Amino acid sequence: MKDTAALTKDQRPETISITGLHKSFGSLEVLKGVSLTAREGDVVAIIGGSGSGKSTMLRCINFLENPSSGRIAIGGEEVALRADGSPANRRQIEHLRQSLGMVFQQFNLWTHKTVLENLIEVPVHVLGVPRADAVARARKLLERVGLAEKADVYPAFMSGGQQQRAAIARALAIEPRAMLFDEPTSALDPELVGEVLGVIRDLAAEGRTMILVTHEMKFAREVASHVIYLHNGRIEEEGPPESLFGNPKSERLQQFLKTVG
Amino acid sequence: MLETLTEAFPTLSLLAWEPPGWGANLVRGLVNSIQIALGAFGLGLLIGTGGAYGKLYGGPVMRDMLAVYTTVVRAVPELVLILILYFAVTDLVNQALVSFGYDRVQISGVAAGIAVLGVVQGAYATEVLRGAILAVPVGQLEAARAMGMPVLKAARRITLPLMLANAIPGLANLWLIATKDTALLAIVGFAELTLQTRQAASSTKAFLTFFLAAGVLYLLITLLSGVIFGRVEKWARRGQPGSGGGGR
Repeated sequence: MKDTAALTKDQRPETISITGLHKSFGSLEVLKGVSLTAREGDVVAIIGGSGSGKSTMLRCINFLENPSSGRIAIGGEEVALRADGSPANRRQIEHLRQSLGMVFQQFNLWTHKTVLENLIEVPVHVLGVPRADAVARARKLLERVGLAEKADVYPAFMSGGQQQRAAIARALAIEPRAMLFDEPTSALDPELVGEVLGVIRDLAAEGRTMILVTHEMKFAREVASHVIYLHNGRIEEEGPPESLFGNPKSERLQQFLKTVG
Repeated sequence: MLETLTEAFPTLSLLAWEPPGWGANLVRGLVNSIQIALGAFGLGLLIGTGGAYGKLYGGPVMRDMLAVYTTVVRAVPELVLILILYFAVTDLVNQALVSFGYDRVQISGVAAGIAVLGVVQGAYATEVLRGAILAVPVGQLEAARAMGMPVLKAARRITLPLMLANAIPGLANLWLIATKDTALLAIVGFAELTLQTRQAASSTKAFLTFFLAAGVLYLLITLLSGVIFGRVEKWARRGQPGSGGGGR
């Protein structure tokens, strides 16, 4: 399956490019050679059943998991890997990570810091942004995600939806080249899913490059420019959302879409 | 009021500050005890932090060495350790000095006390802190790594502050043990509170008065420590719902 955009010789720069990615945990091979390209402005959704390897694939992009083999390039810069797939240069990894905003299923806001402190932590203490600038930017971001009045609140005193919106703002605060979402609504009560999806939808609309692992099929269909269906560590089918959801070719995908409704 | 008290219990006058009272001696002993306890606790924290990280993330050799350290130190009675470390280490240092052509030195009681008790404290602190670090949710560190925070900075800004809340109850115990272990240094002739008390008591034969007074001083340290650790714990638990701060 080829993306139609790719066929028309897309000139946009490649933000994230993965080629032939393998990942094993011990003797268990979770990813069996997957590839993905996200050009600037692309929203790539990765779907699949549990254990299909979709979260692992996302986590390999910023080396929260070390790939066993394969090639990964961020912003055209290829990551130097050792023979066993672990990164050869820790500094390069740290530098590349600073251009990727990661949003976790469990939010992972730092519990000992207020929302505002969470947002300015990396800009001030890692990127060297002057504190006043970082605070001003953080307040703007909080306003955007509808949490302006929660700046001085500790995460544990907010709802899951508010925490996840704050976590998205924290990821945006490092002004990333791309956003990585790892099942951002899976830990939320159903009535809180909408507010988080609303924020992600806005980000997609403003042309941010994003890779989104999700169980929300309707949402994936709505915001994604490209959808990848993973099954047992392989890409079973991929393409634009209309064809993947509207006219799935693979039997497994047909079955999967039926079960998730 | 004070006069009627001293009339009823004449030995109380022995606690007066000026001679023939022994009050100044007791307070000097107390200050020495606190000094050593603080130093030993601080040194123990340093060793413990390094030891905990070494046990969690170190190579196999490092982990084996730390296992030997924590096992041996925690297995041998502290009194024996103090005798071994104090006399053996003093002897070793002096032998080394002599072989290099220097004169023998008298190692200061405070420095030796801090070193000996610090090594003991470090073994316990290693285990307290290792447990506390393990209790920090992985996601907290992962969020820092995912945004490119360097390893040491993430340890300092994320892991250590978060593990402190878990470690405080254990560390408060260690501190109280440190204050009382200073009494063991009496055996090597160091003039801490217990030794000062014993000297005062045997000189005046007012055993009850002096040992009660020493007991009250140890109790005061404990009560004050409880207040301080309570505040520290409250601060360390900031952001956690339903945490009254614990302790007292």
